[in-house]
Amino acid sequence: MQISLALLIAVLFGCGFYLIMRRSYLKVILGIMLLSHAANMLVFTSAGIVRSPAPLVPEGMQAAEASGADPVPQALVLTAIVISFGVTAFALVLFRRAYDVVGTDDIDELRHTEI
Amino acid sequence: MAAACACCTGRPAPQRWLGVLGSALLLAASSVLAARVLPGRIEVLAAGGWEAPYGITLVADGLSALMVLMSGIMALLMSLFSVSSISPRRLKDGYFFLYFVLLAGVNGAFLTGDLFNLYVWFEVLLIASFVLIVLGGRGAQIDGAVKYVTMNLLGSVIFLSAAGILYGKTGTLNLADLAQRLPFYENASLRQAAGGMLLVAFGIKAGVFPLFSWLPASYHTPPHVVTALFSALLTKVGVYALIRTMTLIFPLDQAYFQPILLVVAGLTMVTGVLGAVVQYDLRRLLSFHIVSQIGYLVFGLALFSAGGLAATIFFLVHVMAAKAALFVAGALAHYLRGTSDLKQLGGLLESRPALAVLFALPAMSLAGLPPFSGFLGKLALVQAGLAGGAYFTVAVSLGVSILTLYSMTKIWNEAFWKPAPAPGPERRISAWRAWGVALPGGVLALFSIVLAVAAEASFSLCLAIAEQLLDPAVYISAVLGGES
Repeated sequence: MQISLALLIAVLFGCGFYLIMRRSYLKVILGIMLLSHAANMLVFTSAGIVRSPAPLVPEGMQAAEASGADPVPQALVLTAIVISFGVTAFALVLFRRAYDVVGTDDIDELRHTEI
Repeated sequence: MAAACACCTGRPAPQRWLGVLGSALLLAASSVLAARVLPGRIEVLAAGGWEAPYGITLVADGLSALMVLMSGIMALLMSLFSVSSISPRRLKDGYFFLYFVLLAGVNGAFLTGDLFNLYVWFEVLLIASFVLIVLGGRGAQIDGAVKYVTMNLLGSVIFLSAAGILYGKTGTLNLADLAQRLPFYENASLRQAAGGMLLVAFGIKAGVFPLFSWLPASYHTPPHVVTALFSALLTKVGVYALIRTMTLIFPLDQAYFQPILLVVAGLTMVTGVLGAVVQYDLRRLLSFHIVSQIGYLVFGLALFSAGGLAATIFFLVHVMAAKAALFVAGALAHYLRGTSDLKQLGGLLESRPALAVLFALPAMSLAGLPPFSGFLGKLALVQAGLAGGAYFTVAVSLGVSILTLYSMTKIWNEAFWKPAPAPGPERRISAWRAWGVALPGGVLALFSIVLAVAAEASFSLCLAIAEQLLDPAVYISAVLGGES
């Protein structure tokens, strides 16, 4: 399980970096999406993968019975997912607008700001 | 504190005055904070009453307080500038709302005491800056924004991954707790890898050598006041984050990071200034100068000595003011002549001597001529560099100073000294608008002089802050309640 998740993260990062270096807007956007998924997965798995009940403290006890999954990365990744979702949505709209302004799908055509 | 200010805007009509009022409140709040913290204390706020390693903590030490104070000053001055220069349409689109979201993000990043919240605040300020850059939607703006957004999202992804790795290895993201636990973690190469990823992520935000290309591509596209605000605050947040993580979390690996940072600093200075030398657009030229000044800041950090850090902090304060003042003067020239192309400008000294002075003061300060704060900052950096044995980078920094002076002289010759190329009509701008721009510019230019006149006091303050930074134990025990 650990190995396959690690491989998955590696593949996501690799594809993301490859796509982000392409010339088409759409591929850059897809690359950003894949990269943020990869980072989210990395955070999610950072505490290790364990098969265990929820780390809840039973009534009348001071600590949980079995050491459960660490809830912190799950909370972190929840925040990170929301952020990456919002940012990706913004980037989509921006790139769409850029497509309207420039009229092509080619990053190399974006030369307004160069001299 | 900053978020409270963000809530008070959003209405279309009275936004201008609410904007100024909000930033005045922000300045007042940050002054109170600075007055409480700067005598050498560290204030800690555990949000929601959750104690340090578990809850979200806000920490204000000397560096944070100074940065928050500076951003308060910048916020007030730039809001005055905005009032007179931002078009009603942009106001209606929520300009001031975004302005305060940006400030909330910046101040949050300065004050936060844990890595994940630093990431969240970074995203807050990034998304606000994204929208500020595209607000108005001209072609060049969209174009610059695409590069800006892509690079900065990449930085965020790398930052988040580094945070994930550090959490996986230490089980904590609280900066103080990390600083305490990381030395017990033996696998130095993984620690250095995480540190390196943070370096890349913050390097993208700060605009250091191989990663700065988005900055000159985008900074000259939005309205002038936005450029001035960004130059004063955004890259400096990256530098702040670098200083914070390098001094607090990775003091063990200084020997590993020092050569990297020194090389990066040197190359940043050189590429930035070389980019500036060939430019003929005033704002693009100044944007490249931001990059080269960041090199000086990283240089001071790379020395990891009290002198070097103090010089960096002094330089940080100086460059925030001087750079924004230059952008303000550039904005005024643009308003007067309708262009910021140096070839088409000219004769401003004759027609507008006050503007010439407004430009000349921060320009000389930036180039490092003696009576100004830039000279003192560079002198301190050079002294610290010689003391630290970084002779080559010192030599580079001196050479870059000369090139900076050259490019400032070029602006001076082209825009102010030479006769106007075409006797075109000077645009009339209302006195109200001119004063709205000139007032913040004048205050910033004076600020640079005051900083130099009060060099003794301000430098000893910077030295105190630097010593606080180099002794992480104080920070750790302040946050974790002395149980270390």
